[in-house]
Amino acid sequence: MPRETFAARYENLARICEFVAAASEAAGFGEADAYCVELATNEACTNIMEHSYGEDTEGKIECSIEADDKGVTIVLRDWGKPFDASKVPGMTFDVPLDELDLRGIGLRLMKGAMDEVEFEALSVGGNRLTMRKYR
Amino acid sequence: MVETTQFEKVDVIKASGRIDSHTAPELKEAFDGLLEKKRYSLVIDMSEIDFLSSSGVWVLLETQKRCRRRKRGDLVIASANDNIQKTLDLAGLKHFMKIYEDVDSAVRSF
Repeated sequence: MPRETFAARYENLARICEFVAAASEAAGFGEADAYCVELATNEACTNIMEHSYGEDTEGKIECSIEADDKGVTIVLRDWGKPFDASKVPGMTFDVPLDELDLRGIGLRLMKGAMDEVEFEALSVGGNRLTMRKYR
Repeated sequence: MVETTQFEKVDVIKASGRIDSHTAPELKEAFDGLLEKKRYSLVIDMSEIDFLSSSGVWVLLETQKRCRRRKRGDLVIASANDNIQKTLDLAGLKHFMKIYEDVDSAVRSF
C-alpha cells in the first residue's frame, strides 16, 4: 500500500494530490475518476489543516492509498483535534446568490466525488478518514 | 500565476495551474485589485487551470456576488475544461455561474 506523510500545510496540497492521482491512474482509473479522488483528497486535507490542526502548523497528515478490483481506498490520518462532520452545515441552494452560504462546500465535494466517506475520531487522538471510490 | 488584460468594458483574468487554498489568495488579490478600480465586468479564462478546489470556487462566487451588485456587473467563466466543470457540478453551483466556451463569447456577453 503506497503511504506517505506530509506536513499539514497548504503548499503541500499539490504534492498530496499528485500522490493520490498517480496511484489512482496506476490502479486503472480514468482521468475523470482520478480527478474525483484528487479533489476529495484535496478537500479532506484542507479540512484537516483548517479544522483539526487550525493554528498548529507542525501537524502531519499520513496518506495511504490502496487499490483492488473494486476500486480505490484513501485513508488520511491526522493527530489534530477531533472532527465531527455532523456539525458541518449542509448547503442551501434555493436562495438568491447574495444569500448563498458556501460553508460545507468542502464536505459536499468530498461526498460527491467519492462513493463512501467515513470519519472516525480516534480514542488515541486524532482522526482517520476513509474514502472509497468504486470502479 | 494570474494575468489580467483590460478591454474597453471588460477585464479578462487568466490563471493557470491549480486553484487551491495555497494559490486562491493570488486569484482573490487579482479580483480585488480590479474591483477597487471599479471594474465589475469580469471574465475568468480557465483554459489553463487544471484543478479547482472549494477555495477557488469560494473566490469566484464571492467575486461574482460583489460584481452583480453593480449595474451590468458580473463575473463569467470561459474555457472551463471537464475537471473544472466537475468541481462546479459537484458543488451544486453550476447554475449560479455563466459558463462560455471561449473568451470571445464570454467578452461579447457583456
